[in-house]
Amino acid sequence: MDDRSPEASSIECRNLWKIFGQRASEVLAAARGGKVSKDEALKEFGCVIGVADASFSVRKGEIFCIMGLSGSGKSTILRHVNRLIEPTAGSVHVDGQDVMSLSRKELRALRARKIGMVFQHMALWPHKTIAGNVAFGLEVQGAEKKECREAAEEALEKVGLRGWGHRYPDELSGGMQQRVGLARALAADPDILLMDEPFSALDPLIRRDLQDEFLALSRKAHKTTLFITHDLDEAMRVGHRIAVMKDGRIDQIGSPEAIVLRPETDYVARFVGSISTLKYLSASEIASAGNVDADAPGIGPDATLPVLIRQLANGADHLAVKDGDRLIGRIGQPEILAAVGRDLERR
Amino acid sequence: MDQFLNPFDHFNVPFGVWAERALEWIVGHSRSTLLAAKVPVQSFLEFVQGSLEAIPPLVGIIAMAVIGYILEGWRLALTGLVCLTLIGLMGTWQYAMTTLSIVIAAVTICVVFGLPIGILAARSDRFFRVLRPVLDLMQTIPSFVYLVPVVMLFGIGDTPGVIVTCFFAISPLIRLTNLGIREVREDLVEAARAFGASEARTLFGTQLPLARPSILAGLNQTVLLSLSMAVVASMISVAGLGRIVLEGIGRLDFGSATVGGLGIVLTAITVDRYVQALGAARSRTRMGA
Repeated sequence: MDDRSPEASSIECRNLWKIFGQRASEVLAAARGGKVSKDEALKEFGCVIGVADASFSVRKGEIFCIMGLSGSGKSTILRHVNRLIEPTAGSVHVDGQDVMSLSRKELRALRARKIGMVFQHMALWPHKTIAGNVAFGLEVQGAEKKECREAAEEALEKVGLRGWGHRYPDELSGGMQQRVGLARALAADPDILLMDEPFSALDPLIRRDLQDEFLALSRKAHKTTLFITHDLDEAMRVGHRIAVMKDGRIDQIGSPEAIVLRPETDYVARFVGSISTLKYLSASEIASAGNVDADAPGIGPDATLPVLIRQLANGADHLAVKDGDRLIGRIGQPEILAAVGRDLERR
Repeated sequence: MDQFLNPFDHFNVPFGVWAERALEWIVGHSRSTLLAAKVPVQSFLEFVQGSLEAIPPLVGIIAMAVIGYILEGWRLALTGLVCLTLIGLMGTWQYAMTTLSIVIAAVTICVVFGLPIGILAARSDRFFRVLRPVLDLMQTIPSFVYLVPVVMLFGIGDTPGVIVTCFFAISPLIRLTNLGIREVREDLVEAARAFGASEARTLFGTQLPLARPSILAGLNQTVLLSLSMAVVASMISVAGLGRIVLEGIGRLDFGSATVGGLGIVLTAITVDRYVQALGAARSRTRMGA
């Protein structure tokens, strides 16, 4: 599952460190030797540890969420991918290419053509029209006016803002502005999207709409996405995999199910504590060993709780959970109740 | 005992002598450089003055009224019309044009130097740390104190008048350019970089346009300071409205001093209104949320 070679992944960060401050190299040496906490680094060296030894890879077409509270270093990691921030140590590869080895010109081309970025507070330029904002990346790469205009129109159409190109950002609502932000990131048809808490400044309802639209777009366009959020629900909805960060370190990387059902550290456990596991439980995790009637309806190991309940509601006494021909166990009302009970106790 | 209680009667630092020697040394060693520096200023001033004086008063007044109408509307057009007509009626048209050309020359030079210095200050904290006390000093020194070194270095007349006006008036432009660029929202600048803009592109395409309201406010202050200095500089034999006042005071000629003073006020009102309208007109073409 976790492929470590840079070629197979779209974004690859290896042992990334970012320490802000004059004495970064000293902190780095100390931190590599033994553990230096965030407070110690600040007190003894006057340095802030932004990112500590972070490694992860994002596969092509995957939506990879980095989740953490503010100050956990998630936005700092994001900015290493297009080298808005230079790492103190470690490497960042984008499509197998070391971004630290790029010349200024190559880096600008990478930013304009290959990576689209969406910002927390939209960051639309107020002195440019919507179309001017959207086509900016192409424009700085010297694209023809016609190409810019067409790309802007196409991108605006994708986010449902066709015909708004001649307006200015302050004529749009927050939700519409962030659609423009998304269109701007999509305009050059980049392979990679970097999204820095893109929906967190929006109202809950609009946030949900935009999440859905983004997911729909993403399924179609299949873009590799690094998605930063502090909102666990959002991470669960959006991410194929989630990395949980604390104090610059990545505590755990895994699928939403894995994060909720099998937290590896106390911090992650606390973080996901408020989330109901019921949505993520699969048949194989609910099933118990026991007698299975020969005529019990069969069900796959990945079936979710609502599916199981629906099946049982059809009148069967219990279900036989099977992985192919292999029998895993049975699920009847006692098993369902036990799963619900465990979830309630957990919280 | 007296020595202790009144030490300054007995001990003095001969600061005046030192300053004189230092100035003599500078003048002695760089006379040719200073004179060479004067040449472009002088020819630019002569060009501006020649252009302004070539305009017949009636044409000038009508043109200003039209510009005022375009920039803002009837009110500004009327202000320009009334002020300039009064200046003409008082017989101070030529003098006002002279003062105005000194102001225009000085402001142009301020922009040529002040804008790049302000940009540099915004981009380099170290440079700004060095620059800030210099700017503070320049704004603290009373206007006519500038006259002394400028006379020593550049002599008297209109050209040194432009130079001294520049020194006096440039700091707000530098300050507000620096401030304006620094206050541009960080993420707007970052977004420009994130979409592949070069440093130059980020500066000219994002930072400067967004800093424009602040820069224009600085420009407005620079223009008004220039006008006040162009008047004070009459003490070093600069022609124009200031000289009418100075001569009037010298001869206790209350009438001509009043005429000169009124001319200055009318010119100042006109210049201020028009520069402000210029800034507002620019910002109406969408300057930011």
